[in-house]
Amino acid sequence: MREWDTCKAIRGIWHVPAARALVAAILAVMSSGSSSFAGSGDPAAGEKLYGNCKTCHEIGEGAHNKVGPHLDGIIGRKAASIEGFRYSGAMEKAATEGLVWSVENLDAYLQKPREFIPGNRMSFRGMSKEKDRADLIAWLQSMARAAPAADPARIEPDTHGPAREFTDIVLAMEGDRDYGEYLGSECVTCHQITGQVEGIPSIVGVPRDYFIRSLFEYKTNVRRNEVMKLRVANLGNEEIAALAEYFSSLEPQ
Amino acid sequence: MTKLTRRQFALVMGAGTATLAMPTYLRAQDKPRVVVIGGGAGGATAARYIAKDSEGAIDVTLIDSADNFTTCFFSNLYLGGYRDFASITHSYETLESNYGIKKVTGWAVGVDRDARMVSMADGSKIPYDRLVVSPGIDLVWDSVPGYSEEAAEIAPHAWKAGPQTQLLKAKLDAIENGQQIVMVAPPNPYRCPPGPYERVSMMAHVLKSKGVDAKIIIIDPKDKFSKQGLFQEGWQKHYTGMVEWYGPDVHGGIKGIDVNAGTVETDLDTFKGALLNVIPAQRAGRIAQEAGLTNDSGFCPIDAGSMRSTADENIFVIGDASIAGAMPKSGFSANSQAKVAAMNVRGDLLKSKVFPAKYSNTCWSLIETDDGVKVGAQYAPAEGKIAATTTFISQTGEDAALRKATYEESVGWYAGITADMFG
Ligand SMILES: Cc1cc2nc3c(=O)[nH]c(=O)nc-3n(C[C@H](O)[C@H](O)[C@H](O)COP(=O)(O)OP(=O)(O)OC[C@H]3O[C@@H](n4cnc5c(N)ncnc54)[C@H](O)[C@@H]3O)c2cc1C
Repeated sequence: MREWDTCKAIRGIWHVPAARALVAAILAVMSSGSSSFAGSGDPAAGEKLYGNCKTCHEIGEGAHNKVGPHLDGIIGRKAASIEGFRYSGAMEKAATEGLVWSVENLDAYLQKPREFIPGNRMSFRGMSKEKDRADLIAWLQSMARAAPAADPARIEPDTHGPAREFTDIVLAMEGDRDYGEYLGSECVTCHQITGQVEGIPSIVGVPRDYFIRSLFEYKTNVRRNEVMKLRVANLGNEEIAALAEYFSSLEPQ
Repeated sequence: MTKLTRRQFALVMGAGTATLAMPTYLRAQDKPRVVVIGGGAGGATAARYIAKDSEGAIDVTLIDSADNFTTCFFSNLYLGGYRDFASITHSYETLESNYGIKKVTGWAVGVDRDARMVSMADGSKIPYDRLVVSPGIDLVWDSVPGYSEEAAEIAPHAWKAGPQTQLLKAKLDAIENGQQIVMVAPPNPYRCPPGPYERVSMMAHVLKSKGVDAKIIIIDPKDKFSKQGLFQEGWQKHYTGMVEWYGPDVHGGIKGIDVNAGTVETDLDTFKGALLNVIPAQRAGRIAQEAGLTNDSGFCPIDAGSMRSTADENIFVIGDASIAGAMPKSGFSANSQAKVAAMNVRGDLLKSKVFPAKYSNTCWSLIETDDGVKVGAQYAPAEGKIAATTTFISQTGEDAALRKATYEESVGWYAGITADMFG
């Protein structure tokens, strides 16, 4: 477990900027060597855990970018390197400092995404169980040979359709956060306010554009889920703007 | 590392900091007091939202008879072996430590509405400015002749979760080849309309997966039931020949039961079971009646726009105990009503903004592994009642992937609602 310990130590200094470039370089080197705990995960179990990720990340043949970048070949991939995806400033910065995803640093990232790269945009609270992370990473690795889409920038099924037009209208509106908080109390019966994901995707900290468009996609049957369709059926533009304002202002805990 | 939000900060710092920011009329000792009776789906949610959203400006006391709460929701999955008992049992600790809610363990036995005081079984009294009543249901034992609280030790109802649920599970697990289970289903209105039929599905699942050749008979006082088409399709598909349902036009009426003999007598025939699961008629939890909040139906009329009792403007009644129009008695409904009540309580006491009421419900049921179905609706006040605005129900013949996704969604909902109740 030597590398694992190194990794923990590294995590501690990750946000000391001067240390980052060096650390990232070490991590990049480490990723090329074989790791003591790589391969110890169970990809089948990992596939199940991936259910937590798949609302935002595609992987496998023909994968596109969604809310998050596609994850094809993530191990060994330079951070923030998928063209056509808008990364957070924090992630871009980590990339310029040399972060390359390896089994070890991905493990550290997945444990506490907000601490490993403060200010990154992934709305996921983290996975506390070491075995879960090993399983998930094993699955991500097992998927590495499937080819992503030639043009990974997501081809939105409804780029010019009604959902897009309504989204633009609501995006231009100012949402009432307090009203959004009240309306949102209905959402958090299932979508946990902490950002914890257990079978239902997180909506905490989701960008306004994406949030608004998603609701319109339920209204227009681009996305299909009866519960969501029901919940959005009676929401007008003002309500959607308020909800987007509220949820985009939150951070996962 | 973790940044505290303004709200969390106020909660951590407790009354001290909050007081500084508060108008003088709300300082320290004269903080308004809210008492919540019942720490279940409705009460725990109401207490948490009032405490959280008032940021320490309201003193919240939560009364429940027990130290922790076992949910009825997912108790059928415990019967079916999908969950263990610990996973459906929750403590009030976070509500106390993170939200500053005072938890009182004991029975509330009376409410003096003039003095605005709740009396407890141990003789103590708890004053309130606003009272939220969410005691759930009481069972009307004599609605099934021959049934009683003592008889429930032999023929469990398991319609309140706890030892009854464990007793039912033990008896289910002991069923052997050639034996029979008889369920006496409840008349309307009762908590969780699809609950009895989900339970039968879970019982059949246990028998089938152990290879036990046994039948389940349902004697129902109703001539139809929630998600009937979906359940009957599922029973036919997964448990062929194992489940028989008799409505009143077949059995002709339930005359009585004998729990020692293990018999249910109807006009048609006497049914014998090695296990009787008797779910009697229901009414609002007794404290609602003691407080004079019920009407002839045994439940509590409320104002559809606020969940305020029509009998007393200082009291809100939520959850199973309330007459909530078209909303079914469910944990989801209770949680939804709690948020409307909490907002109105704050509006009353802190003059905070009150938005128009909206309510929602979804009830998921599991028929067999990865075969989940759901029914749901949105509600709003209309002509003095809570009325459905949009509804949906799963369809028969849906594909396996959709049914699996529905089940997974229910698991997410359970994690979500329990976090929303208990913090
Ligand atoms: C088998 C079964 C399955 C179910 N499945 C689902 C489901 O899948 N989804 C769903 O949404 N709903 C489901 N329900 C329904 C759900 O459990 C209830 O509708 C919900 O719990 C109602 O909430 P409540 O706050 O009204 O009452 P409860 O949750 O019952 O809470 C009331 C609490 O108050 C306490 N109490 C009562 N009187 C006093 C007093 N005088 N002093 C102190 N404490 C008191 C009680 O002991 C209890 O702890 C199910 C119910 C059953 C029986």
